[in-house]
Amino acid sequence: MASNKQMYDKGKVVAGLVIFVILITFPFWYNLGKAAPAPELKLTEKAKAEKTCVMSKEEMKAGHMQLLDIWRERVVRNADRTYVNESGKEYSMSLSNTCLDCHSNKAEFCDKCHNYVSVAPYCWDCHIDNPKEAKK
Amino acid sequence: MENSRRRFLKIAGISALGVAGAKPVLDVFASGDSHGEAAKAQPEIRKGEKALTAKQWAMVIDTRKFKSGADLEPIIEACHKIHNVPDFMDKENPEFKEDNRRHVIKWIWEEEYNHAFPTGGEPFLNERIKHLPFLVLCNHCEDPPCVRACPTKATFKREDGIVVMDFHRCIGCRFCMAACPYGSRSFNFRDPRPFIKAEERNPEFPTRMKGVVEKCNFCAERLAVGQMPACVEASNGAIAFGDLYDPESEVRKLLASNFTIRRKDGLGTGPTVYYIV
Amino acid sequence: MLEIAFKGTKRYYGWMIALASVIGVGFLCYLWQLKFGLGVTGMSRDVSWGFYIAQFTFLVGVAASAVMLVIPYYLHNYKAFGKITILGEFLAVASVSMCLMFIIADLGQPMRAFNVILNPTPGSILFWDMIVLNGYLLLNIVIGWNVLEAERNQVAPPAWIKPFIYLSVPWAVSIHTVTAFLYCGLPGRGFWLTAILAPRFLSSAFAAGPSFLILLCLLIRKISKFDPGKEQIQSLAKIVTYAIILNVFFFACEVFTVFYSNIPEHKDHFIYLFAGLHGHGVLVPWMWTSLTLMLLAIILLVIPASRKQEGVLAVACVFVFVGTWIDKGLGMISGGFVPNPMHHVSEYVPTIPEIIITLGVYATGFFILSVLFKLAVTIKEEVSA
Repeated sequence: MASNKQMYDKGKVVAGLVIFVILITFPFWYNLGKAAPAPELKLTEKAKAEKTCVMSKEEMKAGHMQLLDIWRERVVRNADRTYVNESGKEYSMSLSNTCLDCHSNKAEFCDKCHNYVSVAPYCWDCHIDNPKEAKK
Repeated sequence: MENSRRRFLKIAGISALGVAGAKPVLDVFASGDSHGEAAKAQPEIRKGEKALTAKQWAMVIDTRKFKSGADLEPIIEACHKIHNVPDFMDKENPEFKEDNRRHVIKWIWEEEYNHAFPTGGEPFLNERIKHLPFLVLCNHCEDPPCVRACPTKATFKREDGIVVMDFHRCIGCRFCMAACPYGSRSFNFRDPRPFIKAEERNPEFPTRMKGVVEKCNFCAERLAVGQMPACVEASNGAIAFGDLYDPESEVRKLLASNFTIRRKDGLGTGPTVYYIV
Repeated sequence: MLEIAFKGTKRYYGWMIALASVIGVGFLCYLWQLKFGLGVTGMSRDVSWGFYIAQFTFLVGVAASAVMLVIPYYLHNYKAFGKITILGEFLAVASVSMCLMFIIADLGQPMRAFNVILNPTPGSILFWDMIVLNGYLLLNIVIGWNVLEAERNQVAPPAWIKPFIYLSVPWAVSIHTVTAFLYCGLPGRGFWLTAILAPRFLSSAFAAGPSFLILLCLLIRKISKFDPGKEQIQSLAKIVTYAIILNVFFFACEVFTVFYSNIPEHKDHFIYLFAGLHGHGVLVPWMWTSLTLMLLAIILLVIPASRKQEGVLAVACVFVFVGTWIDKGLGMISGGFVPNPMHHVSEYVPTIPEIIITLGVYATGFFILSVLFKLAVTIKEEVSA
């Protein structure tokens, strides 16, 4: 009995496997040769003039979300609102009022990249995304 | 490249500590700097220089200085504007419905004496008190039942006694609303943004998202930059604010020289909003 | 064992498809609630908990009532219940599943539910409720499954299961006690601020759960070859009798304390529920119906001659179940919020989407219950055949 190695419904099983493999690799076929170029981020004049951000460009690129997470934790839960960076410059830890003060072009700066990597941070559900305009 | 990866790991490490609410954030920043950057100072997170601090913030409301509801309106408006509190009952809003009343959000509002102090129920109340509107808000209790109830520490008591909401953490279970004996808490039954006029939004303060609880925060964001709470500023001296445990503070002087009452004193919550009647 | 659930009559499949479609409609409504917010419900700033939390409270009781079968069988060696203990445990599984779904449905930010575990807060009763409910669910799945599997193989259940069975006894009491503590530890909510709340919850639970089980037993006898047994049903009936009498007695104790002491903060909630307050009283007819049903049930159950007639017993069980459901599933939660802490009266009525979501959760619970009972009943039939 154990030696019976015959495969039942061979044709159906193989066809099923082929369909499965095609389906699961579909995104690769579909997007073949259509690689979207990484977005060029635009800096505002104010941001350009500032030269460096709270941390270096590389650190901000890689870790702005962690930094913001620390900021929100410390502002809300410890009532600490001032951040002094490595070169001794002071910042108020505020997304709407510090970050967006320089980067007032949210659509060109934040959204472009977030869309490219397909993340949807819900910061803007609450934090007003264009303080300048809202102030008027 | 090597360098940037190292920095990234550094940040990732910090964030783990930062979430745990630990101070070592700064140490980790420093520990990575073994070469080249040693001359730079450590980053630091701290309170602003102008920040006001206290052991327990408290408020004394002198109701003798109010004549009618009209005197309270500017105070309520100042608070609600500055904190982006939505107005669900604005008849000009295209989404206005009478039914929106269920979803109203209030940080500070007025109640008649019999409602602000419902345990009394005096039938022959003094005429002035009877028709006098009382300002009510979160009492920032010394032993707050809402903080006890919260299953995520989304509402908690700060070192300076303010009972704060962490909107990022609230899961919207509304246990705190059941626990509050003062009805001071509101829930965002829906997205509040359509009910905050775009031109009146205060960009310095966030709005809220649907599904979280909110309430008065004793203007924690203003105290942090050395300003008095908005209602105190708008009250023309009718509301005093200060440290309950500083014998020299204005609130203590007022408490020493006037008879004051607190809402539902008998529940042992230790409200820190006092009323001179 | 699960393969049994896939083999069934057309009637079985029809029933499951009907349940699945109710689940589907409920889920669509839930998606809407997720998008819009809890504003689609009838809840308000003043009545901040409604139908969902009330159903949760009621079903915790139904779940806890499994202990009414476990105690006689395992602690008192009452052999007759060996036949139906599994039904009680599976009813508990379905009920606790519904409880958890109702809690999720009630959250404003359900995707953040794990914050309860990420930021454990032992001072919060809700934290403990999460622990006891999930623990009880797990206990009953493990116990029920293993005992049933052993029965199918006609061997004794594994020895390691015994400690879990004993643990499930205090655990059952704990789930409803902790649920009562959610309410009765809150200052300024006079309706709930009473030490009798947990005992009241337990007594109504031990009436509602077994009465529902009796109805299920009668149904099983009708539609399957498995007979849960006359003696078993009569023993359950006695449990229901004691529990419903205790429930009404505890309620009377509360009414005496509240009205003799005459403290408005406690009294006004009862006045609102049973007579209406400041012209508001949507729940008045419901509350009187509930009380009447419970009293009628007591009469039917206390008299041995009527209790022993299964037709009358079934009617009494429906009375008990509906009566306790109104008491807990309608009155208990909104009653505590009206009047509000400032003594304003704003009433609560569930909305249509809220009711559909509620039905969806109930349908999911019945789906789980049907699968589990199908397993149990089929195996009982196999074994006796």
